[in-house]
Amino acid sequence: MDALIEKLKGQIIEQLNLAEVKPEEINPDSPLFGDGLGLDSIDALELIVLLEKHYGIKIQDPKDGKTIFQSLRTMAEYIKSQGKS
Amino acid sequence: MIFTSYNNIISPLGFSTQENYQAVSNSIIGVKKIKLPFSQDEFCVAKISDEKIKDHLSQIKNANNHTKLEQLSILSIQDVLNQSGINPKDNRTLLIYSTTKGNIDILENTYKNIDSKRVYLSSFAKYLQSYFQLAHTPVVLSNACISGILAIIIAKRFIEQGTYDNILVCGGDILSEFTISGFKSFNALSNEPSKPFDANRVGINLGEAVSTILVTNQKELATPYQTQIVSGVSANDANHISGPSRSGDGLFQCLTQIVDKNTNDIGFISAHGTATPFNDEMESIAFERAGLNTIPVNSLKGYYGHTLGAAGVLETVLSLESMKHQRLIKSEGYESKGVSGNITMIESHQDKNFSSFIKTASGFGGCNAAALFKKI
Amino acid sequence: MNIITSYAHIKHNQVSVNGEIIFQSNPSLSLAEFLSEAYKALGVSYPKFHKMDAQCKLGFLCTEFALKETNFLLENDLSKSAIILSNAASSIETDRVHQHSINDESNYFPSPAVFVYTLPNITIGELAIKYKITGENAFFVSEQLDADLLINYTKTLLESGTESAIIGWVEVDGLNAEAFIFLVEKQKDTNKNAIFKPLNQTSVITLYNQTVWTH
Repeated sequence: MDALIEKLKGQIIEQLNLAEVKPEEINPDSPLFGDGLGLDSIDALELIVLLEKHYGIKIQDPKDGKTIFQSLRTMAEYIKSQGKS
Repeated sequence: MIFTSYNNIISPLGFSTQENYQAVSNSIIGVKKIKLPFSQDEFCVAKISDEKIKDHLSQIKNANNHTKLEQLSILSIQDVLNQSGINPKDNRTLLIYSTTKGNIDILENTYKNIDSKRVYLSSFAKYLQSYFQLAHTPVVLSNACISGILAIIIAKRFIEQGTYDNILVCGGDILSEFTISGFKSFNALSNEPSKPFDANRVGINLGEAVSTILVTNQKELATPYQTQIVSGVSANDANHISGPSRSGDGLFQCLTQIVDKNTNDIGFISAHGTATPFNDEMESIAFERAGLNTIPVNSLKGYYGHTLGAAGVLETVLSLESMKHQRLIKSEGYESKGVSGNITMIESHQDKNFSSFIKTASGFGGCNAAALFKKI
Repeated sequence: MNIITSYAHIKHNQVSVNGEIIFQSNPSLSLAEFLSEAYKALGVSYPKFHKMDAQCKLGFLCTEFALKETNFLLENDLSKSAIILSNAASSIETDRVHQHSINDESNYFPSPAVFVYTLPNITIGELAIKYKITGENAFFVSEQLDADLLINYTKTLLESGTESAIIGWVEVDGLNAEAFIFLVEKQKDTNKNAIFKPLNQTSVITLYNQTVWTH
């Protein structure tokens, strides 16, 4: 799980162009949106693209994104649960 | 005084303003589920039939040398020139072209014998200039979804400045894999005919259209509607590049500038109404904040889908027709209220005496625009 | 009276403010590398910068440099400030990126963060967000810098409620990248660094041609 979280950190920084964020600054349990990394609605859509591109996971209902993208850990857990890590 | 004059609409519902107004009056909608050349999936879009376009090509010179958007634009502008009798070569005449993506299908390698340079909007404009031998290079405005109505506002400003007497405002955009895939990645498309302001709205239908209107200071050309452009402004939300302001700030700022306290003679508001959850919600809040809650509202996106750079021109023209006929056009797709702002939707076609209307638009980049039209 | 109070011009990996080159990087740097160097030279932290496409980055940097030594943002009512930009290629560079992402069916990943930049007026939106400027907007597309169009249109706005404006040219097309931004304000005594050029076509063309590029 930790390896997956580390991998996700790099992918998120790259996909979302978070150039001023270092991987070690991202707490796996902090919220990705709002006060956490301060991501916005376009970032949420980009995370859906990221899952499909890197893990072959298609989120059918974007509303599910809310729970999946709560934190890095929930994201990693979701990828595991889909058997795609 | 600056007047609205002769005009044209080319859309799935017809090749003239009359055909379009007739169709809309009969509640015929232009959006349907179809297969497009680039995808196995069906998309719910408003597409102009290729056969119908072919039927009209004999009216234009060297038709096969033009892109689809150029063909439609030439047809639309030519119709307005024929109706109005104005001379396109006149030094006091200007063309303003409103578009978001222009000849974007050139990037998709759709054409074999077309100079790919015309994917540049500046080259596209020059091409139209040479076709009609216009005295001035057309002004191209590309300001997302407010382009059409903003182009009409800009036409008014330039005529008032004294440089021109007649300005043709043409708005156009075509369906392309480019825009469809992009809006799809935004999860903004509806697979069914869209439902602006409705509780069950899920997103937009894309559509294609070209619409042209002559804006003029020549009283004798005011014949079709005897209507003037009273005022128009644009404003930015300064909030987010794709999401509208939750409190409708930019649109509210526009509305407060064009509407005075007395709103009694305003027959209706032709809203942007794309049928995305956030856009329609934002508009309803802005309308209520501006004290317009009792003024009937419609969105024409239920008939035409979102025609991007054409939308503001097309919807203004149909609204002018609506005022000429003293008849409100039903907001197609609306069944039950799905926005929190207190607004009054037009739920059926109905007769009404009125002498002015408001047209609004909002778009990516946080932009908003609104204009007030009034009978003289 | 309305005057031009400051301008910045970016071209050939160099930044000029009011005619003087104040930053340059190696001409061999790519546009992306140059933009990143210029951002560092500016010395601000604005994380949204990294999300922008090259055209928005260029427009943002040029505007930042034009504003840097001025009181434009403090002294003007930003709800009455207009942003009017132009170029020849609309958003062609990002259009190509988006088109590339849908050309190959087996590698079909259109990105919303790319698609949103396929409208040229997003640069206006980015500036509006950064500075909380909520006035008039217009993005014109013309073959080259059209001083007549920009000045005539600005004058129509100044006659109808607009009090100040950020105006210019922002273009990225392949190896061709250039931004030229000038500020228009009412004449005041307080703006000590202002260049005070009258608001007309000749001024714009003079300023546009003023910088002597070193490479």
